[in-house]
Amino acid sequence: MFLQQVWTIAAKDLHSELRTKEAWNASIAFTVVILLLFSFAFDPSSEQIREFSGGLLWMTYAFAGALVLNRSFARELQNDCLDALIASPVSSAALFTGKAFANFALLFAVELVSLPVFVLFYNVPFGAGKYLPMLLVMALGTWGLTVIGTLFSALTVNLRLRELMLPTLVYPMMIPALIAAMTITTNVLAGNDLGFGMRFLVSFDIIFTLLAVVFVDTVLVG
Amino acid sequence: MREKIIIGLAVFAGALLAWNMNTIFTALPDELNQGAIYRIIYFHVPANILGMTGFGLGMLLSIGYLVTKDLRYDALAASVTEVSLVFASIGLATGSIWARIIWGVWWAWDYRLTSWLVCWLIFGGYLMLRRAVDEPNQRARFAAVVSILGSVNAYISYKSIEWWNTQHPQPVLSIRNGGGMAAGMEAPIWWNLLALACFSAILIMVRTRQEAIANEIDTLRRMAHAQ
Amino acid sequence: MNALEIDGVWKYFGDFPALRDVALSIAPGSALALLGRNGAGKTTLLRILAGLSRPSRGSVKFQGKLQGSIGILGHGIGVYDELSAVENLTLFGRLHNLPNPRKRADEMLERVGLSRVRDGLAREFSRGMRQRLAVGRAFLHDPEVLLLDEPFTALDDRAIAVLQSMIKEMRDQGRTIIMSTHQLREALELASHVALLQRGQIVHAGERTQQMLDDTGWLYRTYGDN
Repeated sequence: MFLQQVWTIAAKDLHSELRTKEAWNASIAFTVVILLLFSFAFDPSSEQIREFSGGLLWMTYAFAGALVLNRSFARELQNDCLDALIASPVSSAALFTGKAFANFALLFAVELVSLPVFVLFYNVPFGAGKYLPMLLVMALGTWGLTVIGTLFSALTVNLRLRELMLPTLVYPMMIPALIAAMTITTNVLAGNDLGFGMRFLVSFDIIFTLLAVVFVDTVLVG
Repeated sequence: MREKIIIGLAVFAGALLAWNMNTIFTALPDELNQGAIYRIIYFHVPANILGMTGFGLGMLLSIGYLVTKDLRYDALAASVTEVSLVFASIGLATGSIWARIIWGVWWAWDYRLTSWLVCWLIFGGYLMLRRAVDEPNQRARFAAVVSILGSVNAYISYKSIEWWNTQHPQPVLSIRNGGGMAAGMEAPIWWNLLALACFSAILIMVRTRQEAIANEIDTLRRMAHAQ
Repeated sequence: MNALEIDGVWKYFGDFPALRDVALSIAPGSALALLGRNGAGKTTLLRILAGLSRPSRGSVKFQGKLQGSIGILGHGIGVYDELSAVENLTLFGRLHNLPNPRKRADEMLERVGLSRVRDGLAREFSRGMRQRLAVGRAFLHDPEVLLLDEPFTALDDRAIAVLQSMIKEMRDQGRTIIMSTHQLREALELASHVALLQRGQIVHAGERTQQMLDDTGWLYRTYGDN
């Protein structure tokens, strides 16, 4: 029943998003613009791009992610829908997990669309052997961002300074996962092996998923 | 009684600090490789020990609040975290000064420095969050969650010099593996730690009193509005 | 067994007690009108009953258990603007684990008079239609206990009529209703019991009498302090 509730919530969020496409359009547009701006700042043809390609990509993903994650619980404020959800038999954990899955799907889709843009703009050699590791690190890194962002979206939803507090709280928390994802990505694109970063990222994901599921009820109901 | 404790601690800590400074600047020789600047370790290490321990203590107190719902735990957690943030700032600043002399740069992006800066940002965010929430119980709940999640990062910072190859020097204290300073050079670190710990106790006591008064004012305000 | 047992409930905001030792026993099939001035604590109490907030002290039990089948209708309508009427009700049907959510949604839309616009998006509805959709959502899963926060305020005539008939139906089926209200006649007429909250305390609780209906200020004058 928990899984069914998770699925219902995730489906609702994605359904709503597909209808309005607000977060999707904003994220895609934002990603492309950032990649463009960065390409002016750093000449994409230089060899040094290899070294910070991972960093560039994940910076872009993190900023685009903020747009998606902010809306996650904020969309429930209109018409007091959040109250209706909490009062229903859906547990806070199921509500959180459903939203996290929906956010993950949305963010991952944005990343998949922007990846070819990145590869094109920056002339990154992206052979077929790199697809799978790339997808893996994108999935793990994005899950870390999603879990933290969704939890803090729930925490800040009722604050009057929500737009300010969410980035302030979320970005520092995400940094370990971001750094790990950046390092792994740079290694993948350069063709090196993945190293310690992978273990760190998986541990980070597991720990923060557990913490988020445990504490989301404290945050939503007082 | 409270005032007496505070004054007593202040006098004791002040005297200890003065005596220790005397030792550090007059009695001890310069270090072999680093020269005079190595003396910063006598502030850098105690400040960071206090900062990190404080964040961990804040996490435990936050859990205490969540379990008991007693706002005094929250007041204590907030005070401890705020004071720890001050010491973390001192740690970062002293480290930066040392780095400028020894490495030639004000900052380096290695894992220990980065993760400690992240902690600083997270707990700075903790304080900002407290200012953004009016209702004391809600404030305590939210702050507790941030404190607990933030402590994971404090742990990462603590372990960072083990897990990664970092530029930051390896442990030198005799209680850690690979440690052991020259005779007479390590003791002042511990004396300074004691002195600074006393100062932090004073700050925490003052701060907790402030929180209690602020809560009282909030309650009176609500009672006035309810009429 | 009582439908609702509120026992020694206190709610603190900081050190300020918004609810003080609130105790009520509500029998199944009764309709309680919760009266009180603004700031008395009506909404705070309802939120605790709805599970949106936890009491600082005390407990709330639904037929002996900590959780019950409840429906809520507050100030916001609690439906999604970007979904259609039938999509909204089907969603809430699923969240409440109803066996056939789509069918139930259609039934409810018929009941509140919105079947003609079942595929219309909620944001395109007039205010009265949105309110009727909200009523549909609240009653959808046939809850044992209904919690209504000032339900008749700002409703148009048609919505009032729908809400009144549905409350009567629920009452006749033995369900329990708790409505907070500002002594509006519509609510008092439907009520079998009243409780007056003042500064977080219940100062009177008992059956609703004809006198209360005829002279709606009587209760405040007798038990309030002004």
